Parts: sequence; structure tokens; C-alpha cells
Amino acid sequence: MALPAYATTGQKVGYYSFLTYCGFVFFFLIAPIFIILPLSFSASPFFEFTREFMNFEPEAWSLRWYRQMVGISSIGDTTVVTDKWMMGTRNSFFVGIVATLLATALGTVAALGLSRPHMPFKAILMAILISPMIVPLIITAAGMFFFYSKIGLTHTYLGLILAHTALGTPFVVITVTATLTGFDTNLIRASQSLGADTMRTFFKVIMPLILPGVISGGLFAFITSFDEVVIVMFIGSVEQITIPKQMWAGLRQETSPVILCMATCLVALSIALLTTVEMLRRRSERLRGIKQR
Amino acid sequence: MNQSQTSTGPILTTDGIPLKVSLKKAERINKIRAFLLVLPLLAFILITFLVPIGDMLARSVDDRQINTVFPKTFEVYKKWDRQGLPSEEVYKTMFFELKNSEGYAVGKASTRMNYSKSGWKSLLKKSKRKFKKIEEGPFKEKMIATDKKWADPEYWLALGQMVDPTTMGYYLNAVDLKYDSSKNIVQQKENRRIYNKTWIKTFKVSLLVTLFCLLLGYPISYLLATLPMKYSNLLMICVLLPFWTSLLVRTVAWMVMLQQKGVLNNLLVMSNLIADENRFQLMYNQTAVVIVMTQILLPFMVLPLYSVMKTISPTYMRAALNLGASPMHAFYKIYMPNSVPGVSAGCLLVFIIAIGYYITPELVGGKDGQMVGNWIAYHLKTTLNWGLCASLGAILLAMMTVLYWAYNKIVGIENIKLG
Repeated sequence: MALPAYATTGQKVGYYSFLTYCGFVFFFLIAPIFIILPLSFSASPFFEFTREFMNFEPEAWSLRWYRQMVGISSIGDTTVVTDKWMMGTRNSFFVGIVATLLATALGTVAALGLSRPHMPFKAILMAILISPMIVPLIITAAGMFFFYSKIGLTHTYLGLILAHTALGTPFVVITVTATLTGFDTNLIRASQSLGADTMRTFFKVIMPLILPGVISGGLFAFITSFDEVVIVMFIGSVEQITIPKQMWAGLRQETSPVILCMATCLVALSIALLTTVEMLRRRSERLRGIKQR
Repeated sequence: MNQSQTSTGPILTTDGIPLKVSLKKAERINKIRAFLLVLPLLAFILITFLVPIGDMLARSVDDRQINTVFPKTFEVYKKWDRQGLPSEEVYKTMFFELKNSEGYAVGKASTRMNYSKSGWKSLLKKSKRKFKKIEEGPFKEKMIATDKKWADPEYWLALGQMVDPTTMGYYLNAVDLKYDSSKNIVQQKENRRIYNKTWIKTFKVSLLVTLFCLLLGYPISYLLATLPMKYSNLLMICVLLPFWTSLLVRTVAWMVMLQQKGVLNNLLVMSNLIADENRFQLMYNQTAVVIVMTQILLPFMVLPLYSVMKTISPTYMRAALNLGASPMHAFYKIYMPNSVPGVSAGCLLVFIIAIGYYITPELVGGKDGQMVGNWIAYHLKTTLNWGLCASLGAILLAMMTVLYWAYNKIVGIENIKLG
């Protein structure tokens, strides 16, 4: 969309004010995320831009909060090792990865079934399988708290992993079903007529074609688990500290700038994930011959 | 019948079975195979997700807590005609059941009894201690002697609500109603009416967030859809990066922006627009919740809008301009009606997500910005009134189901797109 050469002054004013408005909205979307990056390098124990910090005075800038995040902090001259954030990181990755693997396996197989032309009750099944994504987390958390405490799954890693797997599967189902639209079923018939059994067909023919969808679904499942705080709060114990839970605790009790350091790391992680998913999406579209409009 | 089979009978396969039957069989096998693929996930979701939700729903009407402590009392209680005070028999059974039950169970039951008539909890606690000294009857007089509340028919009438194993009491409570002592539905006392206000507030905040998302999201979706691909891909990152960034991180970022010594206030002070001592109170109120939730949910508006706008051919607009419409008129008459599916999808999606929000209101909302989700969490972990917690959740869930159904009708859940 560009302005034609014959545009009147009124149209020009309108067009540029529209662009300014859009610029403001993009700024509104992106600015809060980047405001925390410089602040994480501040020496001040509060979330604020001090005058010294703005003037780039060396003592106002520091890496002390990052040191504290990785477990080294000094009170006076003594060095204290606090392991909370690193423990949270380990737990987050552990729960996230196990939940992602489970969700990806279950979700991919289900998506293959849902995409079959003969699938009975497809609409209702889809609605049920996607429901963990739609139901508000606080309701899910309440239900899981009641039920999991009855069967002894609260305060266990297993309970947490099962809960996060349930939350992650809808994303896998959605992305893989999307990749399977336009999937040429003749390829399966061709493979089978050439003598490959079901497993071989799956791994040699279907899987390479739907892999981008599977991976991006898996990444969605991972980020869902990695971000999730409400369920961890209600069904996890002190032992199951994850990054979001630790951040939450940090925000409610001691507002320490370590939170900003962790937030910066998480932004970096989300940039990496976003790039991967975008690349996969384009690759998949190219492979399936869908042209970009 | 026989005639038709011999002359133009059904086509048979090589092994003599009619083709129709054979095809149906093959189709059935296909159906079963497809279903078997879905089955593992279905079972998994059923156990880890749907059963817990069902458990919550059951809890919202469950009223057996007290019947496990005073089962016999309730048996004799049912015979009482609800006039004056109950008979000596009721007093006697109550006395022994209270005396012989465990303190923990009494505590739980008395909490429930307190929901019907406040005072029960302290009465039971006090009485349990005093009853130790009493050995024999008449129990009615002796109980009344320990505490005058035992002679108050209001207390006894309140028990009537708990005779049935199920109750609608929690649901009534969730909309500021209650049972009075003769089981009529009445309004809560003025100072205890909090939930209707909360429901209205939740709707108000969700609607405002949806409206602002639309106002901010529509123009940028239009820009993204009409710009050449190389620019729009770049700008799309501005929408997708927040979408991928942790919710907590974005809320933290907003706390940095909005707090008293935060970025916005500092900017205003530095540019001498306001004095240092009258910094704005931007955080811990409803406005903050609306601002932050708008930014967080904006991508959910832009993505469906963009995907619909992308399908509107630019030739429509050109044709309208060519036929003499002014740009505004052409936009209003041609572009807007074509983008309505995207608008409804985006609005519903944002509203659905907003209505159940918990984290952001909890962190930036303060007292004034609490939504229904926050009350659910509060009853879940602080007051331990799980019945009320479950009934609030169930009402919210019912609303979500209606909205979800509408979304499915209008957009179709298969068309949810991610990224």
C-alpha cells in the first residue's frame, strides 16, 4: 500500500497519521520487552533507571545480578552460593523436555488419526483434544489440585509432567493437523505397494514431510510448559521450583533485579524459538508447494 | 427379491461377498484404525484433564462433609418439624457424636456449618471442650447451660440446608445469594455482596481489553496485510516476539514501566510535566490491568485479523476507487465487511482468554483489579472454601463453553492458527 502520486493533501495527512498510529502500536507491543534488557545490567537493587545509569557511569552498571542468578552472590566480602535460580532452570528444562516429548508423541499420532478421511466424530474429538488450551489455567489448576491430591500426584514431578503434557498436546495436534492438510495420501499407498510396512512408511515417508509441523508443535508445547506458573504453584511443592515459579515468588516477596536477568535470558530464548519456528514454517510451505502470497 | 438377485443382483467381489458389504467392512476397519490412533491421546486427556475438571464440578455441589461427622444426628433431625427447638433425642445424638468425633473432622464440618450460619464454628469448638465434663442427661438443658446458642432455633434451622448430600448453596454464594433459615433464596447481606461486582468487573475488563485490542490491532493488521512481503515480514516479528515471550516476563516489563519510580513516571518527571512528589499511581488498579492485558493479548487479535485480511484481494478496493468511491467510502463499504470474519474471530479469542485471566490481575491489579480468576485462586489456597472455589470455576467454565461453541460455529476450531 503506497500513496499514489495524485494524492491530495488531506489524503497525505491521513496516510501519514495512519502510519504514525501504526508506529505507536508497534512500539507499544515491543518496547516493554526491550526495556528490561538494559535494566538487568544496572547495579541498583530497584527496577529503575537512575541518573548515573543513564549517564553511563561505570559504577552504575554491573553484572552482579547475573552472578547472583548463576548462583554466586556476595554479601559484604563473603561469597554466598544460592542455587535457587539454577535449580529452577534445571527443573524447568527437565519438566519441559519430558512433557514436550510425551505431548509430541501423543499429539502427532492423534493428528494422524484425525486427518484420516474416515475419522468418526471428528468435530467433537477435536473439541475435546483442544480443550486444555481453551479452559482458563486457573480452572485447570483447581481441578488438577483437587484430583491429583486425591491420587497422590501433587508435590511430585510426575504430576507436574502429566499436567504440562496435557497443556501442550493441543498445540501439537493443531500444528500437525495443519501440516497434514494437502498431504498426498497416494504417497502412503505408493510406499505400501512397494512393500514397506506401516512403521517403515511412517518413518520414511510421512515423518520427513510432517517433521516441520511436529517440531514447531513441540516447540509450542515446550514454551507452554516452560512458561506455566499457575499449575506449578498449586500442585508443585517447594522442591519443584521452576523458573516462572521462582520469578513469581521474586515478584511477590523480594523484588530482586535477578528477575530482570532471568527475563532477559527468557527473551533471548523466545527469540531463538521464534526464529526456529519461522524457518520451519517457511521450509514446510516450500516443501508442500504452498506459495507465499 | 430373488428375481433381482439373479438378473441385476449386487456386484460381488471375487470371494462372493457383495461389494457394498465388503466396502463397508473396509471402511469400518479404516474408521477403527483412525480411532485407535486418536485413542491414546483421548485417554490421556480424559485422565489428566477431563476427570480433574469433572472432580471440580462435583465438588461445587458436594455437601457430604458434615454428614460424615454427624450422620445419626441428621437421621433424627429429619423427623423434626422445624418448629421451636428440636427434641431431646436430637440434642442427645448431637452431643455424643460431637463428643466422640475427632477434632480434625469436627473442624472441617464446622467450617461448612459456618457457611450456613456464622457462629457454628466457635460454638462447636467451645462445646467440644465443655462436653468432656458432662456424663449423663438431660442433655438438652445441660447443653444449653454450656452455651445459650444451643437454645437458638436459628442454628438448628441452618442445619436443614445440609441434610441433602448435594447443595446449590455454593452456586448461590457465587452470585451473592444464599439460603435463609427456612431454605428460601435471599440476597446476601449488603457488606458480603462481592461476587456480582467481581463478575461485572471481569466482563468490563475483558470487554475493554477486547475493544482496545481491536482499535490497536485493526490498523496494524491492515498495514501488515497490504505492505509488500519483505516489509511486513519484518514488522510481523514485532507481533510474534511478544506472542512468544513469557507472560511473566511481559508482566514484569510492565511493572518496570508503570511503578511509582518506573519508566513512565520518570520520563514525565524528567520532562518536567509533573512534579516529583505527584507521580501518578499507574499500578495496582484496574487501568493497569486493562493496559497490560491489552498489550499481552494484542497478538491474539492481530494474527486472525491478518490471516483474513490477507485473503481480501486488493483489486476489490481498486475497483471501488475506479468506480468513483472516495478512499474512506471504499474502505467502509468494501474492505470492512470483508474483514468481519477476522474481527469476530479475534474478538472472541481475546475475550475468551481475557475472561479467565489470573496472573496479570494478581500482579498489577491491586485490590481494585481482581477478577474472578483471582477469587478462585484465593478460595483455593487461602480460605480453603473449595466448594465456593469450584462453583465460581464452574460458572466461568460454563461461560467459556458457550463462547468456545460460538467460536467453533463462527471460525471453526480446526482453523486456529499458531504463529
